[in-house]
Amino acid sequence: MKLTGAEIVIECLKEQGVDTVFGFPGGAVLNIYDALYKARNEIRHILTSHEQGASHAADGYARATGRTGVCIATSGPGATNLVTGIATAYMDSVPMVAITGQVSTALLGKDSFQEVDITGITMPVTKHNYIVKDVNKLAGIMREAFRIAASGRPGPVLVDICKDVTAAYAEYERVEPAEIEYPPIGVKPAELDEAAAVINSSLKPVILSGGGVSIAGAGSEMLMLAEKAKIPVTTTLMGLGSFPGTHELFTGLVGMHGTKTSNMAVSETDLFIAIGARFSDRVISNVKRFAPSAKIMHIDIDPAEIGKNITVQYPLVGNIKEILKEICARVRPRETSEWNRKIEEWKELHPLKYDMDGSLKPHYIVQRLYELTRGDALITTEVGQNQLWAAQFYKYTKPRQFISSGGLGTMGYGLGACIGAQLGQPDKKVINIAGDGSFRMNCTELATAVEYKLPVIIAILNNRVLGMVRQWQKLFYDGRFSATTIDRATDFVALAEAFGAIGIRVTRPEEVDAAFERALASTDRPVLIDFEIDRDDKVFPIVPPGAPIDELIEG
Amino acid sequence: MSKHTLSVLVENHAGVLSRVAGLFSRRGFNIDSLAVGVTENPDVSRMTIVVEGDEYIVEQVSKQLNKLVDVIKIKRLDKHESITRELSLIKVSANAATRSEIVQLVEIFRAKIVDVSKTTLTIEASGSGDKVAALEDMLKQFGIKEIVRTGTIAIERGNRIIKVTNNEEGEING
Repeated sequence: MKLTGAEIVIECLKEQGVDTVFGFPGGAVLNIYDALYKARNEIRHILTSHEQGASHAADGYARATGRTGVCIATSGPGATNLVTGIATAYMDSVPMVAITGQVSTALLGKDSFQEVDITGITMPVTKHNYIVKDVNKLAGIMREAFRIAASGRPGPVLVDICKDVTAAYAEYERVEPAEIEYPPIGVKPAELDEAAAVINSSLKPVILSGGGVSIAGAGSEMLMLAEKAKIPVTTTLMGLGSFPGTHELFTGLVGMHGTKTSNMAVSETDLFIAIGARFSDRVISNVKRFAPSAKIMHIDIDPAEIGKNITVQYPLVGNIKEILKEICARVRPRETSEWNRKIEEWKELHPLKYDMDGSLKPHYIVQRLYELTRGDALITTEVGQNQLWAAQFYKYTKPRQFISSGGLGTMGYGLGACIGAQLGQPDKKVINIAGDGSFRMNCTELATAVEYKLPVIIAILNNRVLGMVRQWQKLFYDGRFSATTIDRATDFVALAEAFGAIGIRVTRPEEVDAAFERALASTDRPVLIDFEIDRDDKVFPIVPPGAPIDELIEG
Repeated sequence: MSKHTLSVLVENHAGVLSRVAGLFSRRGFNIDSLAVGVTENPDVSRMTIVVEGDEYIVEQVSKQLNKLVDVIKIKRLDKHESITRELSLIKVSANAATRSEIVQLVEIFRAKIVDVSKTTLTIEASGSGDKVAALEDMLKQFGIKEIVRTGTIAIERGNRIIKVTNNEEGEING
């Protein structure tokens, strides 16, 4: 059957089972939006306030559901506005297909109106990208884009489509998408035997569970291995929820804002087992003094991660879920050891703590949120102190429960992401834990949440400063607070009401529960809670830049 | 730091070269030379990339290249098991007094004079990078006005071939 390029795009989305897309129209995508209009009963288009919001929403949707997120923008500024969202997804291995309009083929390269070389711009932040100049290639490229985005180590793929291609006709025949190839185990039995033997002979093993464990759906295998061999488990920020935060073997985050227990354990371990993690600088800090007495085992799907940031003695490249299953079958069950007791002792001596001095504390807010939601909410975050408090004081028990820009550290990510997450998981409570600085960056997406009647909660930990940068200025720059005081006249409660959301102000700890209860009761309106906290509350522990991770400041 | 030669089969698409070059620049790898041309299969191009770096760098380069969707196969060529060639065009100052001496040198190096003017000679030289460098060194005394080099290309000795379909030891498949 002959279809226009625009119709082919829509048909290809249907082939992939896409029922929700996020976007913002414009000249170069008029034909695509026309086709979307005709398909409006099958594909729901979420119109955001800004293309960046659409990209973060597609990302949040993907992280919350595991399905590939789709966003659409026009050429030129529409496309460039997606870039931060694409880069965010790239750094955190999130499957996404970004569709951009492009000027007609005859106008390419002539600095035409709203022309930008978006494939050139996004080359370093996509798994792959395409510019489509021939309608006959469109369907094949769309299918390949979805396959690449979701297979192996997932990531964003951009498809840039010239406007004349969306109007031209080509023969189209529906093709059922091939199952995403389940990557084979990838390692030989001898390597698995060796890995198990190394684990069996280790006296002080530690597991680092990263975001890859969640992506691989290997949470239960992870749990089985840790429990069978009684191995303490720490996680990266991306790995939160890949191992239950309530489990007795869980030691908390590791690295720059790791717990004393995790960081001490890593510094004393004789076998460091990193699973689906990439040894980011936020984890290892000083590479020369990271896990100094340990052999390192690294299990990951991406061979390029092996040996990139640290020397690895036991690399296992392949499907994490299968590898963990096989290793688990080979390791010896172990009783609680001296090592486990030592870990317990550290945990008792060095819990995450904060002073309750009668003022409203961010830690307390997050902790109450955890308790009031019975640990069952999806939490998105902005970036900075809010992100770390959300990571430390909410206990995540399931993969895909904590949604945060880990690699790129994108301020302004959380609101879009929570919109996407709520649309992907309509039955869940979705809460964006925000800072006032990050929230203000992309707060226009409140209009989107109101329009689509999303009962998301935005909990602003409002300290009227750019808190994380201020914290660094206080600790490492002798208190020279350069450009971090943002005590603007903005009234966030009034702002929420102006957008059509509910606004609540909280200034005292006694008001926290009532505010959350009211917010949690909302079923069709977003609720913004403006928590006024002190500007000098800090995130502890913190490892000073360049120091080994066991030299942390506990506050 | 030593030099390593990688043979890379890539899809013959527009934009592949910039993907490869972009990867090198953003990851901080140094390209000594890069030569690219289409192979016996018109859908496939072959790049010969000479990289300067230690074992860690070469391994990272290979692994990162391999993540590019358009890269089909990478093989690191052993210096002793492969033939490398580079073509140079060298324009050198020449007058009646020096011309014959230059011609003699060119013969010794089995290079060719490809253009003559009253004040210059243009020499075509091919061979391993070392040989071309030696000739260049000898020509300096006459005054080199211009040099153009193609960058190294390389092929394995004997009956071994790098193809999209076959699979030999030491190859990384994309």
